[in-house]
Amino acid sequence: MSPKTLYDKIWDAHVAHEAEDGTCLLYIDRHLVHEVTSPQAFEGLRMAGRSVHAPDKTIAVPDHNVPTTLDRANATTMTEDSRIQVEALDKNAKEFGLHYYPVSDVRQGIVHIVGPEQGWTLPGMTVVCGDSHTATHGAFGSLAHGIGTSEVEHVLATQTLIQKKSLNMKVEITGKLKPGVTAKDITMSVIGETGTAGGTGYVIEYCGEAIRDLSMEGRMTVCNMAIEGGARAGLIAPDETTYEYCMGRPHAPKGAAWEAALAYWKTLFTDEGAHFDKVITLKGEDIAPSVTWGTSPEDVLPITALVPSPTEYEGGKVEAVQRSLDYMGLTAGEPLTGIEIDTVFIGSCTNGRIEDLRAAAEILKGKKVKEGLRAMIVPGSGLVRAQAEEEGLADIFKDAGFEWRLAGCSMCLAMNPDQLAEGERCASTSNRNFEGRQGYKGRTHLVSPGMAAAAAITGKLTDVREMM
Amino acid sequence: MDKFETLTGIAAPMPLVNIDTDMIIPKQFLKTIKRSGLGVNLFDEMRFDRQGNEIADFVLNKPQYREAEILIAGDNFGCGSSREHAPWAIKDFGIRCVVAPSYADIFYNNCFKNGILPIVLPQEQVDVLMKDAEKGSNARMSVDLEAQTITTSDGETFSFEVDSFKKHCLMNGLDDIGLTMEKVDSVKAFEAKASAERPWV
Repeated sequence: MSPKTLYDKIWDAHVAHEAEDGTCLLYIDRHLVHEVTSPQAFEGLRMAGRSVHAPDKTIAVPDHNVPTTLDRANATTMTEDSRIQVEALDKNAKEFGLHYYPVSDVRQGIVHIVGPEQGWTLPGMTVVCGDSHTATHGAFGSLAHGIGTSEVEHVLATQTLIQKKSLNMKVEITGKLKPGVTAKDITMSVIGETGTAGGTGYVIEYCGEAIRDLSMEGRMTVCNMAIEGGARAGLIAPDETTYEYCMGRPHAPKGAAWEAALAYWKTLFTDEGAHFDKVITLKGEDIAPSVTWGTSPEDVLPITALVPSPTEYEGGKVEAVQRSLDYMGLTAGEPLTGIEIDTVFIGSCTNGRIEDLRAAAEILKGKKVKEGLRAMIVPGSGLVRAQAEEEGLADIFKDAGFEWRLAGCSMCLAMNPDQLAEGERCASTSNRNFEGRQGYKGRTHLVSPGMAAAAAITGKLTDVREMM
Repeated sequence: MDKFETLTGIAAPMPLVNIDTDMIIPKQFLKTIKRSGLGVNLFDEMRFDRQGNEIADFVLNKPQYREAEILIAGDNFGCGSSREHAPWAIKDFGIRCVVAPSYADIFYNNCFKNGILPIVLPQEQVDVLMKDAEKGSNARMSVDLEAQTITTSDGETFSFEVDSFKKHCLMNGLDDIGLTMEKVDSVKAFEAKASAERPWV
């Protein structure tokens, strides 16, 4: 038998049907659902008189437009159209018998944080959701990717997806990271290297010592942004770190089932000599705390760099860079450190887990947010929030002058009231710096939680290493 | 789903790279529970100012491109969010075909579910089409999905590749859930085998 990659193995284990032209029906083990991309899919099922094929494999949670303010139980904090979407999910989850974590449940949070936390996401699974950041779940060595609403409907109705196999790409991060450098800097640096279309047509396997050294939280951060590099999915082979994270989670197997699962999970690695269609290698020691300066995640540089000039680029990117600089209100040649900011946002499915909050607290301990700056921390789930309170992190944030919010997607995509005002500049731990992403004409600089915390103290983009 | 066989229409040039789905349909319009009616909000923040007035120099506001049915764009079109609201808005506006050197994966798939043909061509050929599109409404392009060709107003023809299954579904307007349900026996057999091998799933 020829050697296989991890992706090959998971793919092969889930092909329910293969047509002559290679079009496959890929069986889906876990389908995650949120309120924004699902109402039309459920409506489609109803119109066609169809049911949900596997409700026990379907998990729903509202996250995108729920308010994160402490008074959110008060219905008036939600706009009418948001309320209708959340109510539609309540209704659909109940009617079709899905596993459901409503807003009132302490386990509610961002779907990509809730899934792993509850043990729904396990190694070797196929996981989909009507959300591009489904790539997050690849951290467990599962094949996980975003789908559109028509595909949500297809999975609800059939528990399969019509797919053709992607190519294999290996991203290896060798050696150790330097102090102050995090999973976020790894994943942003990779996109800086490949570009936002560099992964198109591929499934990425991240490997190498620096990846192995990451916690599950860090691995989720890396895989989360695989989509920003254009890849269908990003994944990391499971190991002891993975098993330890999964063990004891509410929906992880127990007893003999755990042993059987573990034996299977241990077969989930890329065989020696397996073929990769593309290989990227970065040295861990070369990665610096990073920040985006433009309006595409590929517009990333070390914090010590200068804002680039359009003349450093070629083709369509020349005009795009000029447009980005105009939008961002930056001048070529100015240092990234020192760019003044108005807002700091710590949260999202990229950096809303407990480790991220610990990293922020480490920098913020005993410090104050710069006067006049708006700073908020939005934990990724109700359970992350509870744990942060138990560990005393919440007090550090509140003492520093951060708003301490309830769980949700919040200012990552600004569908709820958490938005930037026109021209406002934000250091954000989220995943997209697109025009208007965090609010109309808002300006986003993507950074790690430690970098965001450092920026909150100084009021400008800051090298976190100077604060350590 | 609407069939796509041939199309002759006005092509609008948008020579920007990385046109993302947040540009195509900003998040405030994702709060709908319907698929229809999003065309008026297509490219909202590029097309309208905050008071809702049209921004005159945006391509789809120019008189010659208001009826465009084809969009010619730069690399990595549709990157970002998985929101199917992006192709819904494009279709609702009246655009049935997009031409670009590359697309983001999820957006590309979403197009085919909505009767939109996303054509991939090499940059040099997209450049030729872009120039042709810049001539305005007298320059109508023609797309033939069966033949897999697109022809400029000057008669220059380029061939494109498209997956045979996706082409078949698009040409016949097929609902792929119905097609998959015909294979329910394969799915059930798979489930029986998988639950024996991986009972914890």
